Amino acid sequence: MTTEALTLLVFAPLAGALVMVVAPRRAAAPIAVLSLLTLPPALVPLTRAVRAGELVQLPLAGFAAPLGIVWRVDALAVTMLLLSVAVVLLVSLHALASFPPERESGQRFWPLWLILVSSLHALFLSADLFNLYVTLELVTLAGVALIAVRGEPAAMRAAMRYLLLGLMASLFYLLATALLYGQTGTLDLYLVGERLEAGGLTAIAVALMATGLLLKAAIVPLHVWLPAAHGKAPGPVSAVLSALVVKAALYILIRLWFWGGGGQAGEHAALLLGVLGALAILYASAAAIAQRRLKMLVAYSTLAQLGYVMLLFPLASAGAYRAVVFHVVAHGIAKAAMFLAAANLLRALGSERLQRLAGAGSRHGLDVLAFALAGVSIMGLPPSGGFVAKWLLLAAAWQERGWAWVVVISVGSLLAAVYVFRVVSLAFAQPLREPERAASAGEEQGRAQLTSVAALLLAALAIVLGLASAPLIALIDQGLPPGMLR
Amino acid sequence: MTSTTVYLLAASAVFGIGVYGLIVADHILRKLLALNMMGSAVFVFILTVAGVTPEGPDPLAQALVLTGIVIAVAATAFALALMVRMFQETGLTSLQGHDGDD
Repeated sequence: MTTEALTLLVFAPLAGALVMVVAPRRAAAPIAVLSLLTLPPALVPLTRAVRAGELVQLPLAGFAAPLGIVWRVDALAVTMLLLSVAVVLLVSLHALASFPPERESGQRFWPLWLILVSSLHALFLSADLFNLYVTLELVTLAGVALIAVRGEPAAMRAAMRYLLLGLMASLFYLLATALLYGQTGTLDLYLVGERLEAGGLTAIAVALMATGLLLKAAIVPLHVWLPAAHGKAPGPVSAVLSALVVKAALYILIRLWFWGGGGQAGEHAALLLGVLGALAILYASAAAIAQRRLKMLVAYSTLAQLGYVMLLFPLASAGAYRAVVFHVVAHGIAKAAMFLAAANLLRALGSERLQRLAGAGSRHGLDVLAFALAGVSIMGLPPSGGFVAKWLLLAAAWQERGWAWVVVISVGSLLAAVYVFRVVSLAFAQPLREPERAASAGEEQGRAQLTSVAALLLAALAIVLGLASAPLIALIDQGLPPGMLR
Repeated sequence: MTSTTVYLLAASAVFGIGVYGLIVADHILRKLLALNMMGSAVFVFILTVAGVTPEGPDPLAQALVLTGIVIAVAATAFALALMVRMFQETGLTSLQGHDGDD
């Protein structure tokens, strides 16, 4: 039962994508909906098995490690899969309206979208260094294609820059994989973790792999590609890139560090990663405040929020692990809501300059409400998911006596409040002049409402996550890395 | 100097040239060529550090390189297609200069 569920998570969207390419146009929407709706039922037995303390494994084609590739699901993988399925389903609701499957734009969008989902899930399931490389490459290629899917010049340039840097990052990762394989004779992440010994070669391998992954995760100062790529992409694409794709690279880094023996690189390396995270929080939050375009502001906010994940490496306690994984989930949902709301506002106002937002609060109330609710979570105000994450992280830093981290986390939240309030207060300001109302056809109106509903549902989920955080925390606690005591 | 050392030095040199080219080159096609050089260097590297076991050639390393080549070809094809399309839309073959962000 659980192995079927595993395969469905990857192969249902993949099959959907392939069938859609050859199927007639009017079949596109049912295919997309069908392949996405298989995902939640597939997650149920997996979550149940993991909650019961089972480690679900699937050696692909029956070849066991160390030679074969093994898919392995523990609590961390299930957490990421739950986040992914929740975000993908709700964002797909938006995409059904913004990229209607039967239209030309949808015909291009949907197969790529499903391939992205499929490769993301394969990445979260994989426990093999080379398989992770392949899935990471697939995620990048699908992501790049989705950024450029509308063929807008600015988006294509952003996509090209992302592609070139992404390919370079992959090669760093691959080089490190070769080093690790040469040293340990296996590609299985867990076996590598057992066999790896501290030393010069290990340090080089971990440094190369971390560089590649940080480039893909856009951690300051390796972030140059992200604001343009996430800011210029279509709404649903930005949402999933910020919520899931950058997290995928960080997921691999966390796996490598705490399960795959990367921690052998030592405390100084962990401290360096933490300092990069602190830099990301402070620099990117300040940069977000200075932005004049809505989606760029949201993109810089992503950069800042990714910084919090990096604090896990120097803190390295059970409390910090719980906080950071919770933060990954909370931020993923809130940021997807924020990007969808921003895309809706951009579409409704015809401009993404912040000044044009004046008065949007009364005319596009749903989208502004979604943005504000997501903002509550991003700032870390109660009762949102973001609040729980920041609170846990502060507590963990306090416990480890990491006063510098405490200051960084608090300042980061304050700066987040500044950039979120800047948008919300503008939206409720008096417009400079009454803008001409665009006359829209009934169908367009219906589509616009669906996109707003998708954003609002995600935003509501971001808040609910804070009110009902106990089950998620229990799940996260089950997947503590080896050697980390509760 | 053993053959392993020669291969390792060659791989490092080619990788370095690739990184240099990727950073310095202006035309996207040149950047892609540089990326492919880096890729080839990694493949040589894999075969050198992991290619030979006491029992003979390591099949897993060969399989890795083969998969790596397939991925490199696919990624290059995709990047070339994106480059051509970008040229058709914008008339540009480089990523330098104004991004229209302000």
